[in-house]
Amino acid sequence: MQLTVWTYEGPPHVGAMRIATAMKDLHYVLHAPQGDTYADLLFTMIERRAERPPVTYTTFQARDLGADTADLFQTSVRETWERFEPKAMIVGASCTAELIQDDPGGLAEALDLPIPVIPLELPSYQRKENWGASETFYQIVRALCAPPPEDKPQRLRPCCNLLGATALGFRHRDDVEELRKLLDQLGIDINVVAPWNATPADIARLADADFNVVMYPEIADTAARWLKRMHGQPFIDIVPIGVSATRDFIEAVAELTGVDPEPVLEAGNARLPWYSRSIDSTYLTGKRVFIFGDATHALAAARIAREELAFEVVGLGTYSREFAREVRALAKELGVDALITDDYLEVEARVIELQPEMVLGTQMERHIAKRLGIGCAVISAPVHVQDYPAAYSPQMGFEGANTIFDTWVHPLMMGLEEHLLGMFSEDFEFSNAARPSHLGGGARIEAEPDGDGAEEEGTAVSDQADGAEEIPWSDDAQKTLSRIPFFVRGKARRNTETYARERGIDTITSETLYDAKAHFGR
Amino acid sequence: MSADPAPTQPLIDARGGGVIRERGQREVFCGLTGIVWLHRKIQDAFFLVVGSRTCAHLIQSAAGVMIFAEPRFATAIIGERDLAGLADLNDELDREVDRLLARRPDIRMLFLVGSCPSEVIKLDLSRAAERLSERFMPEVRVLNYSGSGIETTFTQGEDACLAALVPELSRDDSDQASLLVVGALADIVEDQFRHLFDELGIGPVAFLPPTSSRDLPAVGPSTRYLLAQPFLTDTARALEERGALRLDAPFPLGEEGTTGWLKAAADAWGVDPGRFDARTRQARQRARRALERHKQELAGKRVFFFPDSQLEVPLARFLARELDMRLTEVGTPYLHREHLAAELALLPDDVQLSEGQHVERQIDRCRAAAPDVVVCGLGLANPFEAEGITTKWSIELLFTPVQGYEQAADCAELFARPLRRREALAI
Repeated sequence: MQLTVWTYEGPPHVGAMRIATAMKDLHYVLHAPQGDTYADLLFTMIERRAERPPVTYTTFQARDLGADTADLFQTSVRETWERFEPKAMIVGASCTAELIQDDPGGLAEALDLPIPVIPLELPSYQRKENWGASETFYQIVRALCAPPPEDKPQRLRPCCNLLGATALGFRHRDDVEELRKLLDQLGIDINVVAPWNATPADIARLADADFNVVMYPEIADTAARWLKRMHGQPFIDIVPIGVSATRDFIEAVAELTGVDPEPVLEAGNARLPWYSRSIDSTYLTGKRVFIFGDATHALAAARIAREELAFEVVGLGTYSREFAREVRALAKELGVDALITDDYLEVEARVIELQPEMVLGTQMERHIAKRLGIGCAVISAPVHVQDYPAAYSPQMGFEGANTIFDTWVHPLMMGLEEHLLGMFSEDFEFSNAARPSHLGGGARIEAEPDGDGAEEEGTAVSDQADGAEEIPWSDDAQKTLSRIPFFVRGKARRNTETYARERGIDTITSETLYDAKAHFGR
Repeated sequence: MSADPAPTQPLIDARGGGVIRERGQREVFCGLTGIVWLHRKIQDAFFLVVGSRTCAHLIQSAAGVMIFAEPRFATAIIGERDLAGLADLNDELDREVDRLLARRPDIRMLFLVGSCPSEVIKLDLSRAAERLSERFMPEVRVLNYSGSGIETTFTQGEDACLAALVPELSRDDSDQASLLVVGALADIVEDQFRHLFDELGIGPVAFLPPTSSRDLPAVGPSTRYLLAQPFLTDTARALEERGALRLDAPFPLGEEGTTGWLKAAADAWGVDPGRFDARTRQARQRARRALERHKQELAGKRVFFFPDSQLEVPLARFLARELDMRLTEVGTPYLHREHLAAELALLPDDVQLSEGQHVERQIDRCRAAAPDVVVCGLGLANPFEAEGITTKWSIELLFTPVQGYEQAADCAELFARPLRRREALAI
């Protein structure tokens, strides 16, 4: 049993819904009680889809349990077939139906429908959403993908499949477009994009392509490995998020297909490199960032942060346990401890401990950062309606890098604003106590636990301290501390207290503060 | 309008009209959703769902509630290991509750909330609550109820929660009549009603649920209670077992509903009709004036209700009688004839009521009826809008103060705004 306040991932059948909803002509019959229909709103409200997800729920009730839930399931499958006439169906159980063991696969098969019916076994008490999406996609590919034709048609250009874009993904819609453009520029055709807008007939011809692009390993890695094993299709799993990663991706594609990468590398419309070099970006140097998200986006963000923006990555983590190894490896290289967890409170505690100047995370970290008055940019699912901007906003490719530059730099203060705030910290309108305008204005919430009850629910941060006893601050030291700009004040407080503790100082004075500054300053 | 003949079992209801009763896919939340408002209402209570990852995901998705630093609800997610043996599961639950209460010393009441998985594996939460109560009383009272989707639909979760509170109410043996208002209301609405009851000389008045679990009202044979919400079947039964008497009334939606609701209490207290009239006149007139503007927009417009909160019948009555809207189908998950008697009597004759749901057939009927506005859940609303059908998403009716005189126009506004918007948009 695990106590959970917020979850990063839904249950595995929500992952299956993401695949079904991304596809065309496919329907999902889910053995589930009525409450599970909430999942429809993820797609219609958060992603603003104009159609209902292609999912039929049996919505069995307590009184059905004594009677015949199996019959109810078969009725749902039959009615679904009659009403929607899909070209293929996936069937399975949600967490509750898993317990009543009705065998949706067997029951559906017994109906002998004239279409492929693919049974899903998604263990709800073991696995989570991304695994469910990956497994569902893999099962669909396994069931529907035909062997390649004996004599492949002669093509002028190499061609590939783009695998992994789903419904409810973080910018999947625009990433698909961006990769389409990029590959076209390289002289490569797209055979099939899947599951995004793919039909069962499209899945059937996946093996026609020369190679696969694994856009999101969390979703498409398993399917791509199977396609390689069964049909000898190589795959590229370099995720082209960031300028360097995009270049690596282009080179890998070129090496695999023999196309010339140079024209695309030269013509690349990446503004990030120059923007990052221009002098107004100097203030970004060494900004301390904390990164948390799914593995794909967290890994990409860490590389961009370090190499392309010259930030200092002070923390890196993921909720994707399946890719913990990769995240640990990169964290080690960066000299930080990897945080592999799906416990939101643990992430919050780490942010408080590290006092970063910016958080790159999910919507959950956005809330943490907002409460602590720290700038934040969202880099990964779980998603919010805000993560479906009307404007074209990919993460992948050179245009994706441009989007990322804008999104990440926006929450940070401009260099001049930062200086003015530091110099004239007691200006009545432009003061320490005011939240910077770009974070919405209003009063600031102290990142420190003694912020006299400013945070909304009290106890969330109060038990974070490392258990060490508190050292009192003199009035004069407090005053000095208050003149330090707020975005480094937490760090200054922490350093000073550490310094005082190590030296057995019993009261912190201004002198202690300056001594600590000199000690920790580099 | 006529319904699809196959699934329909026309029954003759109290008004002589037909009611469609259906079984099929229901597109409604489960009772866990009530936690979203209940945890804000009872400020020293914590709701611990014992369920699956789906339950946790539902609550955080249903209302987009990721706005509180640490909310007063959480889910104890049952894992594979727990399903191996029940004894183990109880120990695990105790351990999680220990951790939770150590972390949240401000909590005075803990609800263990049952879910579909906990019901199916027959985890006995009432025994768990007893066991934990023994350990944590008097600091923390531990209660339990089921919000499972196999037993409760959306607002029935609040019913189950309040019904679980009833045995905790102390006994009132006095002869003095007291009024109990039952059903979670926004604080501002509660204040307004309290003031009106004061003006009318009705009292003492208590509200269930209270803001603090330490302020639970007493109940006994001299208690008269008014339901503020139409979905409180089990709570009403539990109160009656304690001797309380229900005052039959329409629900306090709109000027007419609010007046009828207050009047039921006034009559029970023997308030002179002249005094009732004098003390409510100003508020009644204000409400009617405020509704006038909306009436111009809404009169003649046809509305279709998908089943959701059980508020459908009182809302339909309000829209039909005070705003001159026309009713097509009014669907409700559960039609409680006794509690709704006063409402059903006020409904126009040509309304088609439906109970239960077969969502696909209902969608077909809705399209055929071509209403001006459809009241439905979040899963259906945008797809309808994309078809060109204006919608009002129903969960907002639960999250907005709509009861009482001062909110009558706000309630109307919820229906008028989507129509006005559609007209205003020139794209």
